[in-house]
Amino acid sequence: MNTTVNYLGLQLKSPLMAGASPMAASLDLVRRLEDAGAGAIVMNSLFEEQLDREDSAKHSFVDKVSSISPEAGSYLPALDDYHLSPDQYLQQIEKIKAAVSVPVIASLNGVTLGGWVQHADWIAKAGADAIELNVYYMPTDPKETDHDVQKRVLDILAAVKRVVSIPVSVKLSPFFTALPNFAGALANAGAAGLVLFNRFYQPDIDIEELDIRPTLFLSDSSELLLRLRWLAILSATMDTPMAVSGGVHTAHDAIKAIMAGASAVQMVSCLLKNGPEHLGKISKEMVQWLEEHEYESVQQMRGSMSLRNCADRSGFERANYMRVLQGWRFAD
Amino acid sequence: MQTKTKSSFATIDANEACASVAYRLSETIAIYPITPSSPMAESCDEWSAAGKNNVWDTVPHLVQMQSEAGVAGTIHGMLQTGTLTTTFTASQGLLLMIPNMYKIAGELLPFVMHVSARTLATHALSIFGDHSDVMACRQTGFAMLCSANAQEAHDFAAVTHAATLRSRVPFLHFFDGFRTSHEVAKLLILTNDQLLATQDEECINSFRDLALTPDAPRIRGTAQNPDTFFQAREGCNQYYDRLPDLLEQGFEQFATVAGRRYGLFEYAGHPEADRVVVVMGSGIETVEETAAYLNEKGAKLGVLKVRLFRPFSIKHFMAALPKSVKAIAVLDRTKEPGAVGEPLYQDVITALAEARADGQLHFDCEPVVVGGRFGLSSKEFTPTMAKAVFDNLQLERPKNHFTVGINDDVTGLSLPYDPAFDIEASDVTRSVFFGLGADGTVGANKNSIKIIGEETDNYAQGYFVYDSKKSGAITISHLRFGPRPIRAPYLVSKANFVACHQWEFLDKYDVLDYADEGAVFLLNSVYAADKVWDEFSVEVQETIIRKKLKVFVIDAYSVARETGMGGRINTIMQTCFFAISGVLPREEAIAQIKKAIEKTYSKKGAEVVQKNFAAVDQTLAALHQVPAATAVTSSRRMPPTVSPDAPEFIQKVTALMLANKGDLLPVSAFPVDGTWPVGTTKWEKRNIALEIPVWDSSICIQCNKCATVCPHAAIRAKYYDADCLSTAPETFKSVDFRTTEADLKGMKFTIQVAPEDCTGCMLCVAVCPAKDKTNPKHKAIDMMPQPPIRETERVNYDYFLNLPNPDRKRIKAEVKSVQFFEPLFEYSGACAGCGETPYLKLLTQMYGDRLYIANATGCSSIYGGNLPTTPYTVNAEGRGPAWSNSLFEDNAEYGFGQRLALDKLVNYTSELLQLRAPAIGDDLVKALLTADQSSEAGIEDQRARVVALRAKLVTASDKESLRLAKLADYLVKKSVWIVGGDGWAYDIGFGGLDHVLAMGRDVNILVLDTEVYSNTGGQASKSTPLGAVAKFAASGKNTAKKDLGMIAMSYGSAYVARIAFGAKDSQTVQAFKEAESFEGTSLIIAYSHCIAHGYGMQLGLEQQKLAVETGYWPLFRYDPRRRAAGEPMLKLDSAAPKTALSKYLANEIRFRMLEKSNPEIAKELHGRAQENIESRWHLYEEHSKIKEDQEVAADGTSAA
Repeated sequence: MNTTVNYLGLQLKSPLMAGASPMAASLDLVRRLEDAGAGAIVMNSLFEEQLDREDSAKHSFVDKVSSISPEAGSYLPALDDYHLSPDQYLQQIEKIKAAVSVPVIASLNGVTLGGWVQHADWIAKAGADAIELNVYYMPTDPKETDHDVQKRVLDILAAVKRVVSIPVSVKLSPFFTALPNFAGALANAGAAGLVLFNRFYQPDIDIEELDIRPTLFLSDSSELLLRLRWLAILSATMDTPMAVSGGVHTAHDAIKAIMAGASAVQMVSCLLKNGPEHLGKISKEMVQWLEEHEYESVQQMRGSMSLRNCADRSGFERANYMRVLQGWRFAD
Repeated sequence: MQTKTKSSFATIDANEACASVAYRLSETIAIYPITPSSPMAESCDEWSAAGKNNVWDTVPHLVQMQSEAGVAGTIHGMLQTGTLTTTFTASQGLLLMIPNMYKIAGELLPFVMHVSARTLATHALSIFGDHSDVMACRQTGFAMLCSANAQEAHDFAAVTHAATLRSRVPFLHFFDGFRTSHEVAKLLILTNDQLLATQDEECINSFRDLALTPDAPRIRGTAQNPDTFFQAREGCNQYYDRLPDLLEQGFEQFATVAGRRYGLFEYAGHPEADRVVVVMGSGIETVEETAAYLNEKGAKLGVLKVRLFRPFSIKHFMAALPKSVKAIAVLDRTKEPGAVGEPLYQDVITALAEARADGQLHFDCEPVVVGGRFGLSSKEFTPTMAKAVFDNLQLERPKNHFTVGINDDVTGLSLPYDPAFDIEASDVTRSVFFGLGADGTVGANKNSIKIIGEETDNYAQGYFVYDSKKSGAITISHLRFGPRPIRAPYLVSKANFVACHQWEFLDKYDVLDYADEGAVFLLNSVYAADKVWDEFSVEVQETIIRKKLKVFVIDAYSVARETGMGGRINTIMQTCFFAISGVLPREEAIAQIKKAIEKTYSKKGAEVVQKNFAAVDQTLAALHQVPAATAVTSSRRMPPTVSPDAPEFIQKVTALMLANKGDLLPVSAFPVDGTWPVGTTKWEKRNIALEIPVWDSSICIQCNKCATVCPHAAIRAKYYDADCLSTAPETFKSVDFRTTEADLKGMKFTIQVAPEDCTGCMLCVAVCPAKDKTNPKHKAIDMMPQPPIRETERVNYDYFLNLPNPDRKRIKAEVKSVQFFEPLFEYSGACAGCGETPYLKLLTQMYGDRLYIANATGCSSIYGGNLPTTPYTVNAEGRGPAWSNSLFEDNAEYGFGQRLALDKLVNYTSELLQLRAPAIGDDLVKALLTADQSSEAGIEDQRARVVALRAKLVTASDKESLRLAKLADYLVKKSVWIVGGDGWAYDIGFGGLDHVLAMGRDVNILVLDTEVYSNTGGQASKSTPLGAVAKFAASGKNTAKKDLGMIAMSYGSAYVARIAFGAKDSQTVQAFKEAESFEGTSLIIAYSHCIAHGYGMQLGLEQQKLAVETGYWPLFRYDPRRRAAGEPMLKLDSAAPKTALSKYLANEIRFRMLEKSNPEIAKELHGRAQENIESRWHLYEEHSKIKEDQEVAADGTSAA
């Protein structure tokens, strides 16, 4: 079975991969992912916010207390190799590149046009094969328009594209008005791929303590549906390769995503739950299903259920709600 | 660290300069932290952790011991077994090494120890520099070589490491603590090749042959008898006789390698000098420069520099003295009360006498010799003082045994000097910077020194003066830049550049006193250049006009905010300095600053670099000169340093010390024995908090938690009679007191903040559980800017303090109500948010009026007893804690001694009472002797009985009655607490602590456990947890924290508790109560969050909760009294671990650091830490189920 796909201009031996997650921090897990048949390794994100915070933390808790007493020039050892900085991330790229032969996609998470964009260059120089830009942003300012929000993403993409020549994909949130139009704008601005969609921490409320508690639940297959719809819609009009991220837990999930138009299938929750070898299981089951159904290749099914190709395009466009309603009426 | 092949310049201090050589010439290093030598050990630890090689291409092994005594023993063992060894120490640490120093010298084992010489504690402790410590070693048989500056510290380290191998005599190499050890200077660094060239491989081989080995066994450490010891002891003489010549050869060899030439004694000055000063250490440079200056003006002066103090070579000494000399002054930087004179003086006298006896005197006429003391505890020694010493020699009968640098108005020994005399060259830029410890001024200045010292041909010098307080601490940086090496080891007094980085200093210190006429004055000010003049006080305006100062202002905090630098102003102020001081051309300076920024921050990311660049660029636009004014327009005077209400001693002595003018105080101003009045912090209104808590009485639930957690007793709770409010200030807040006790209903309640004493740490806000239901962001305690409410709250606080305190008898010893006890520990200089002081405050609340505290040296002794002001205070009756500090290592024994003395006094008083019972009355005597003093009421009743007793004794005149009247107060129960940190309890003082635990006497030991040596800068102790990074454990502590509680429990007779007030304050109070009431030894181990953990202290309480929830810090109380009730003695007060340890570790830089620097090791150690927690919890759980037999009879059978 030919499982190769083209994603971000990279020839991958399989569409299956682990999405951005803490797994990339362990060389052992990375190797096991490759052994399980992952087509690429997506690294955990390098967060602009984290760099900023760690810098301020070091300033506040190390530097600011370093000249308060004649008896102590500091209160923690001054280690040259203690960097609250991207260094460790860059080293990890190098280590992963040395450890595996599949492409390595770095992930960069930021929301401003600051100097951190420069980190993209360092990431490229460290050997990453592509960069996944994660521009998740909560527009809480009522003065900010939809245009402002989109422009922010486009500007960051352009800035990153200016400093690197490796392919850059953009990981999107589902909350965009006129997503196809915006996706097209990203493609025009040079995005080599789109990842649908980001998942976020959701704030919960503690009614006893009158406090906010951030929560993050692992995904399940129900989250896939939103992604299938948008994959089907976007892939109908765009050639830009897309990856699904969120809700893929089984071989059937992966197959659906590819049929909807995904070139790559990113999984996190199911691998965190079941270990990297689970990717191998899904891969095996997917191949088995393809063989049973006499497919020749993964490519053959890619986009078969997109808005362009599927028999009932209204099914993706609007009719679900109607049909369910009608179904209820008939039942009466 | 230098490993290049070509010698290059560096700007470093003597500690680093010395350590750089010692590390590279050693194979094994044993260390222990002590100021001011700790940085040498820290550097070596960091180099070793980073795998840096010595000159023989191997990484030295480094070990931290439990004390300097432990270090000395380890060193002895290492030497005996044949490794090239070194150590670093000072002061009391050096004293602890003395027994082994005799052994090492007696066995002629080659070894060098490097000492940053520091004052020994006598009437007071001092961390600063003089020679009292090294002088206590002059009889050990060690050779003693003294460096006078950082270059010499670097060079002599190399020379001594070679000389000890050649001579077999161990060396004590020393230099002045702080003045030399901490002065940043430009020096040439020896390369590894140069260092190798100074060492002698053959001597190393001979040293290896000395090592003991079972392959060819010999024995050392025998015991000898009267028949042989004496002769055998004389056998070493020839080694000492040979040493001066060998060292001289070593200096020669060094000169060929490095191009710098030194001698055992060196003379500098007029070739036909009539007056010569003999001196050792950094004072040399002052005398030499002064002599040169005065010689230019026609004087004939010289200085004899003493390098090799032991063995004292009369031959070399005499050869160095010019024969023209008529008068000699010998300066000693130490004091030997009762001696004929100080050590160097006595040696010079003896040397001259012996030379005379041998017919070796070569003088034109025999010189007069006088001795004097200078520079104790880093007292300034300036050119004018050196001139005073020369002037004294000109007198017909020069004053002998003089002092210089102080005003001795009691014994009249001090020499007068002219404060206006100045010798500094005009081409030297002299700068003084006033900054906050937290605003980065010192760091920026060190950076400026680096720029000028390493990037230009100029020379640079930096010396930094710090506050005694750790919160809101000020720093004064003294910098010199010039075209020649700077030889001025004293503070800048006439600066041509003065910078004040914080506006409010202008009202606290005479900042402009440092400015020379025509100097530039740079001020960080929110007032613009055209507005600022009117904001100055009269004093500042007058000085600016009189000294014709050029004033520049910048609103650095605005620039910082606008350029995304947050509150960081250091780079901005540094840029201003370069822009207007003229020390470098402006463009070049800016380029250099940017280069330095890139170097510092490049690894942190481009964003930080760009922000800093922007700050530099915008600085120049925001820097403005203030138009010169000719008239004083202000009507505002500088506020007085202390309130006019303060007692006379505070006005006359403390206020001067607070204003940085303590040097002006004469001998007569001081108590002669170190005894000092208490309760003085209240007179120092520091106003360091930008924001302070404000109480909303409408939502407060009166839990008093804010007062419980306040480290500075700056937020307090009181209930009082409603009538009191009739005279209350208008803004004074008050609500009905919530109580269940009927007779207290109707009382009023207030939470009051001390606005000028609060440090703004926010612990009270963090702990406050009372949230506004509609707007939970608002709590019963919120932070508000201090300046607008300072005045009203000051008045309110005064009013609050004058409200009557609740009756102690009525207050239950429970967590909420103990806050109604008056704290007798207030406004200490501890860090904002300190995790130790809430325990001490609580202790003084519960038992302060009958409390003895024996305090081990460390943070708690510094914020507890470092002048100018101290926090332990008294109540309205004048009672309060009797606090004292003996040493670091002896604290358990010291407090134990106090207990023994008290017990004897009680016992003797009771005997006297019984003896006088017929006259006093049996009932009163019986009541006094059998009083139940277990409660506040019991204590109060006993005090009343003592008053009654005294009344009965008033007319008595027999000896016993008089003695009884003298001692009667001892009949009131006293509580002895032994307090210290983990460095003391787990390491240096553990032997004593263990012994005291075993003795079972009624003392209470409180360990403020920060898990590092906090005061000296966060070095690892045996309390440091697995996987934490600390100094001396730079690659992560790889052994588990010692379980001190378990060790103490193993006696079965001691009360033991482990507490964390932030996790369970009720258990803390319970433990204090039980420990105090337990009539045996009690040990409380108290979790104390600390800045050395690397996170924001306002989160300290949260972190304490996590520590308990994760099982990192299980809470328990082990009470031997439970045995009698047939209950298990160990009671666990926290639940089984329910949160992963990683959640706790993730919040602190001490753990995260290892994850960054060595993720694999971090994973392993942190994994092991989690396992340890689980197994320890299991052990505790099992232990808490064990019921021990009530008593075991002597024959082993149970008596129960």
